[in-house]
This record gives sequence, C-alpha cells and structure tokens, in this order.
Amino acid sequence: MDFSLSDEQSLLKDSVERFVQNDYDFDKRRKVMAEEDGFSRKNWQQFAELGWLAIPFAEDDGGFGGGPIELMLIMEQIGRGLVVEPYLPTVVLAGGALRRAGSAAQKEQYLAGIIDGSKLGAFAFAEPQGRFNLADLTTTAKKEGDGYALSGHKCVVLNGPSADFFLVSARTAGDQRDTKGISLFLVDADAKGLSRRDYPTVDGLRASEVMLDGVKVGKDALLGDADAALPLIEEIIDDATLAVGCEAVGGMEVLYKTTVDYSKQRVQFGQPIGKFQVLQHRMVDMFMEYEQSKSLMFMAAMRLDEGYNEAAKKAVSGFKVQVGKSGRFVGQQAVQLHGGMGMTEELAVGHYFKRLTMIDTLFGNVDFHLKRYGSFD
Amino acid sequence: MDLKLREDDLAFQREVREFLDRHWPEDVREARRNTGRFEETKGESPEVRRFFDALNERGWAVPNWPSEWGGTDWTPTQKYIWDKETARAECPQLSAFGARMLAPVLYTWGTDEQKERFLPAIREQKMIWCQGYSEPGAGSDLAALGTRAVRDGDDFVVNGTKIWTTGAHVADWMFCLVRTSTEGKRQEGISFLLIDMTTPGITVNPIHLLGGIHSVNEVELKDVRVPVANLVGEENRGWTYAKGLLTHERTGIAGVARSEVALERLKAIAARTAVDGGSLWDDADFRRRVIELEIDLEALAMTELRVLSQVEQGGAPGPESSILKIRGTEISQALQVMQIEVFGYYGMPYPDQTLIDNEGPVGEAYAHAAMQAMLYGRAATIFGGSNEIQKNIISKAVLGL
Ligand SMILES: Cc1cc2nc3c(=O)[nH]c(=O)nc-3n(C[C@H](O)[C@H](O)[C@H](O)COP(=O)(O)OP(=O)(O)OC[C@H]3O[C@@H](n4cnc5c(N)ncnc54)[C@H](O)[C@@H]3O)c2cc1C
Repeated sequence: MDFSLSDEQSLLKDSVERFVQNDYDFDKRRKVMAEEDGFSRKNWQQFAELGWLAIPFAEDDGGFGGGPIELMLIMEQIGRGLVVEPYLPTVVLAGGALRRAGSAAQKEQYLAGIIDGSKLGAFAFAEPQGRFNLADLTTTAKKEGDGYALSGHKCVVLNGPSADFFLVSARTAGDQRDTKGISLFLVDADAKGLSRRDYPTVDGLRASEVMLDGVKVGKDALLGDADAALPLIEEIIDDATLAVGCEAVGGMEVLYKTTVDYSKQRVQFGQPIGKFQVLQHRMVDMFMEYEQSKSLMFMAAMRLDEGYNEAAKKAVSGFKVQVGKSGRFVGQQAVQLHGGMGMTEELAVGHYFKRLTMIDTLFGNVDFHLKRYGSFD
Repeated sequence: MDLKLREDDLAFQREVREFLDRHWPEDVREARRNTGRFEETKGESPEVRRFFDALNERGWAVPNWPSEWGGTDWTPTQKYIWDKETARAECPQLSAFGARMLAPVLYTWGTDEQKERFLPAIREQKMIWCQGYSEPGAGSDLAALGTRAVRDGDDFVVNGTKIWTTGAHVADWMFCLVRTSTEGKRQEGISFLLIDMTTPGITVNPIHLLGGIHSVNEVELKDVRVPVANLVGEENRGWTYAKGLLTHERTGIAGVARSEVALERLKAIAARTAVDGGSLWDDADFRRRVIELEIDLEALAMTELRVLSQVEQGGAPGPESSILKIRGTEISQALQVMQIEVFGYYGMPYPDQTLIDNEGPVGEAYAHAAMQAMLYGRAATIFGGSNEIQKNIISKAVLGL
C-alpha cells in the first residue's frame, strides 16, 4: 500500500494547481464564461501546450500514458477551480472511447486533434426516456448501403454546442433495453440530418439536445464492434464518474475552507460566528464529509488502476454515493453558513453548490449507484 | 378531541373551492406553474389583477385582519380551510410584506391617518411594500442595525444602507427599522418608519441570487427626509413592534399547505417518469423517501394545528412557533431537492426565460421553475430568523437552557 505520488504525478498536480491558482480566479472564470463558447479557447490551447490533453492516451498514440491516478489529480484541481473548459466531454468521454476502441484511422482523424487541442468532442449517450440506464436506447442505426442511418433524440449532451464531433450510442439490434445490440458511432457535428438545441446548464456549462434524423455515416464511423458496445460505454462512464467525483472532492475542499475562513471574519452578536459551537460542529461535519469522500476517491482511482473489473465498478459506485451525499451536505451548509451572502451569484460559494448538485445527477445519482453497488457481490 | 370537519365547515370548503375554481381556473394554474419568474409586482398581469379584485369584492382578501379593515370573522377552522384551499389552487397571494407583516403593526399601533392611508391600498394590492430591516452588519443580530434617523423639524433625516430588501425595486413604500438613539440598550433606540420609495436620496441596487434571480436589493439611503407623521407608534419602541411582527412571519413560513401541494406534484411527476419500463414511483427506495417526508409533513401539520388552537384560546403564537419555521423549511427544501432528482438529466438544463418563451422548455415543462424554487429555497432556512437562531430561541425560551 502506498499513497504517495510519483515525481511525474506530483509535477502534473502542481502544474494544474498552479494554473487554477494563478490563472483561474473567480473573476477570470466569470469572464471566460461570458465568451461565446462559454469557455476560453485560449485556455484550451494552453492545456494542450501543457500536455494535459494528452494525459490519458497511449504513448503510441502521441499521449502521455496516464491512468486513473493522473485523471484524479487533474480533476480534483479542475473541481477546485470550477474550470469550465470541456475536459470531461472531450478528453475523458470522447477521448476515452477513441483510445479504447478507435481504429488507427479513427485515432488519426480524431485523437490527434484532441491531443493538439484542435478538436472538441462530446458523448451523446443519454436519452429522454432512459434516465441513468445506458442500455435504454430508442435511437436506431439502420444498415443502409455500405453504412448506417442514425435516427433518434439524445438529451443533455455536455459540450454539445462546441463539439466538432459526437460519439453516439445507438441500437443496431434488439429491443429498447437489451444489453446486446448497441453500437457506438462517430458523427461529425456538421453531418446532414443532425440538429441541436443548445442551452446553458444550471452550473453554467453548455449542453444540447441532439436530434438525429436519418444521419448517414459510413461503416468506418462504427467505433469498436457492432452490437457489442455496452461494456465499452459502461467503462467510459465509470471513468467519467470517477472524474466528476474527483471534481466534487476538489469543490468540497474549497467550500469547507472558504466557510471556515468566512466564519472567522463575519461578526454577529459581537463575535465571529465561528465562535458559535453549533457552527463549529457543522464545519467539522463538512470537513469529515470531505475527508470521507477523499478516501473513497483514492480507493476508486486505485481500484480502476488495478484493472477494470467488478471490484473497480463497485468502488466507483461507492465513491459516487459518498460524493452525492457529502456534496449535498457540504454545498447546502456552505450556503447556509454564509447567510444571505451564500445565496448570491457574486460569491463563488453558490457556484460550487450548483456544480455539486449537478454532479449528484451526472452518470447516475445516489439511488442509482446504491443499487449498482448492491448488485455486485 | 376531534379531527372531523363539521357540516358547516364542509359547506364553507365547497364555497371556497367554487370561488377559487371560478376566479383562478385550472388552465391559468397550469400556465403559471411552469414559469419560474421571480418577480414581486403589483400583480399587473390581467388575470392576477382580476383575481385580486374578485377577492376584494368577495371580502376575502385579508381574512386575518380585523373586520373593520376588511378582514373576516372566520373561525380558526375556516382560516385553516382557506389556507389549504388557496394553496391547493396555487392562486396568487397578496404581497406578504404589506398584507401579512406590516398590516398587523399598523392596525395595532398605527394612527388613524396611517390606517386610512395604507390599509385599504394594501388590501387591494395597489401599494407594494418592502421590508428594510437587515443591514450589511446586522443580519441575525438585527439589533446591531445602524441606519440613523435624526430629527430635523417635522422630518427625520435618514442615512444608512439596507440589504437583502426583497422587492425594493418594485415597491412603493418601505417599512424600515432605524436607529433613533444610541443610548441605553441597543433594542431601545430603534424606531419603525414608513418611507416612500420615491423620496430623493434613495438608491436601489439589484443583487442577483443563484440562478440569476433578481428579488433582493441593496437600498442606500442618503439624507432621506421622512415626515415625522410616518413614524409608527412611539419613537424608540420600534423593536417591540417588529418583534410582534416577526412571530407572524414565522408561522406563515411553515408553508404546510404549500408543501402538501408540492408533495402531490412530486408523486405525480414521479409516476410519469420512466425508469426501466416502469415508473420512478415504482422504485421502492425512492418511494420510501417520499413517504418519510409525507409523514414528517403530517406531523408538522398537526403541530401547526396545535399552535393554532392555542392561539384560538387567546394566546399569541409562542416560541413553539419556531418549530413550525424549522421543520417547515426543512421539509420544503427536502421536497425541492427531490423534485430536481426526479427530473434526472432534465434537471440540468437552465435556458433563460426568453429562450423558453420562444422555443418551449427543454425536457419537463416544470423543471425550470422547480430548479429556481430549489435554488431560491435555500434562503428559507436563512431569512425570517435563520434556523440556527430559531433553535437558540427554543433552547432558551422553551427549554430554559
Ligand atoms: C432571499 C432573501 C430575502 C431576504 N429578504 C429580506 C427582506 O425583504 N428584508 C430584510 O430586512 N431582510 C431580508 N433578508 C435578510 C435575512 O433576514 C438575513 O439574511 C438573515 O437575517 C441572516 O442574516 P445574514 O444574511 O447577515 O447572515 P448572518 O447573520 O451573518 O449568519 C450567517 C450564519 O451564521 C449563523 N448564525 C448567526 N448567529 C448565530 C448564532 N448566534 N448562533 C448560531 N448560528 C448563528 C446563521 O444562522 C447563518 O447560518 C433576506 C435574505 C434572503 C437570503
């Protein structure tokens, strides 16, 4: 057992941490969010130059060969800075699919662009009727000539508005919730028959409803094997679940520390409110929720690092349950202890609270992951 | 002891329902349900205006006021029925600052001129009020307020800053706590002033809350001249008046009937939310949590009835009313969070209102309004005396600790 980081890992962590501290304070973030894309292309190029966009990819593919531990280190800092640039949809989700199942040609066409920062991606996996069930799909891909024609409605596709290409899960065989008969496709954003409705999400990110109306793709658009994509999708989503969980841990750390600081400064009844014992205990609880979440974060990252198996899936679900509950508590109490100030858009506190609330939903909420955890021995 | 409604109460209930169904019909309810607009206005939208007019015509606008000012002589049971039915009908409420908070102070301590001038206009929702209590340095510790009012001839000259003033940007008037003396106990140097918002020297700066909601403001007062005739009661006794008023705020804040409506809606939406070929309502884990909340709410409803029956027997709501505020807000917040949960991924989209007006909602029509309610709802445990402060009150005044 070893909780220490390698030199390379420490360097990576420091580099992301420095960026968040020096180049991503709350005002800068606000400006970035006001840009047309809702994030900064300039920052994105900087991420590419710093090598962060190459982290999870194999050295043969031009990457850095990082794994779940590196992902954890990056995402925790992203969570601390509430970074809005689309690392999760592009590198973790779209990149995660390409690096696992992409053909040489597909990697050449898409992965290289992800790594050098010129291509952004999005993963259209959810559907309005499907809730968190990755196999509940009504979008179809019908064989047509040499390729396929895709039709259906994909919902709340993160980074949809800026994506150059989409990964789309669709049914090539079987019934609505069958685990077999699911395939993954690469679809360019400007494909004929693809339309979007773009909107912001409550945490200030951007997403889209993606409508596919007989979108024609060649057979080279198929990613991995036909009819057998569910295990791959599940694996990508587990990676992403770890990623947003780490983000939440980073956010919780900021929230409990900010709240402690505020309680030392805010004076009511002639004393700093941090002197009231009931608030002291509340902040101790916030701190403990953060620590417990962090422990399961390490566990999930290390299990995934050992290999993708039941133990890893279970650890990810356990982590997500913990983060869902802790994030809710820490977010709500941070607002509460800031009083009226905590309710304002002006302070960062509320923005962390909103992000934590969304993370509870992303890739399955507490109930979903409780059940999933319980389904393993 | 008996919980059954008597025959005449049932008849009253039917009468109320009929009135509400006629003047606030289902199609209007449905349309309003799905807009999360947070605006305190004079109710200028035509259907709202018509509703308030109908209320006034029927004599039901302000059931709790004394009858000489347009109130009713309803029994506590009838008032209870009224609260339940109006919540069920989701009809608009008169702005609470005037009708529920200021009016009791005015009809108890105001001069005849003040009553004549303000009460009818409040009852008809033709004059909107805001509450200027909190200041940057005086939140939970309200008695620390420092906005100064200094006598100069027939006027007070007021200087200071109020904050979190709900609706100041649409209000005609503000009732305000100001410091008129710095001697003796802090509470004994505070006066209750009525300030016309058009008076020179007042600046209203918006504060944006989570989700971009604009309901609160910062109000700067610079050499604002307020006629002495606008002082309520005696100088330096404002704290006593305001405290009486805070208890009113506290019982209203339990929102039992509103939570009952929210609970029913939560169940209905869960029942039509698809999960794995069934509905979310079929999910035992989810259902269990909803039912736990329902039982909490039932207990609160009974606690409220017990407090009300005490009041009926001649008491004012005592420190026990803090229970209503604490549990009421906890339950409504829990319901709001669960409502978001029901929407799954469709809890996330947050398009702005003009986009929704043009293109329709994303996902469930109600999701946007529910998200605003959840975000704004966090304030319920902060304002009206935070829940921590309420617990301090119970531990001191009830438990004697
Ligand atoms: C949406 C909204 C609308 C509002 N509308 C109005 C309005 O119309 N008019 C108006 O005058 N005011 C209004 N308020 C202000 C509201 O009354 C104050 O926010 C409230 O009194 C708390 O004060 P504060 O925000 O300064 O928090 P603080 O008093 O600074 O409290 C911060 C935290 O410390 C805790 N705390 C403070 N003292 C103690 C203690 N002794 N023991 C334990 N814990 C303690 C509080 O519970 C809270 O969690 C509004 C507030 C909000 C959020």
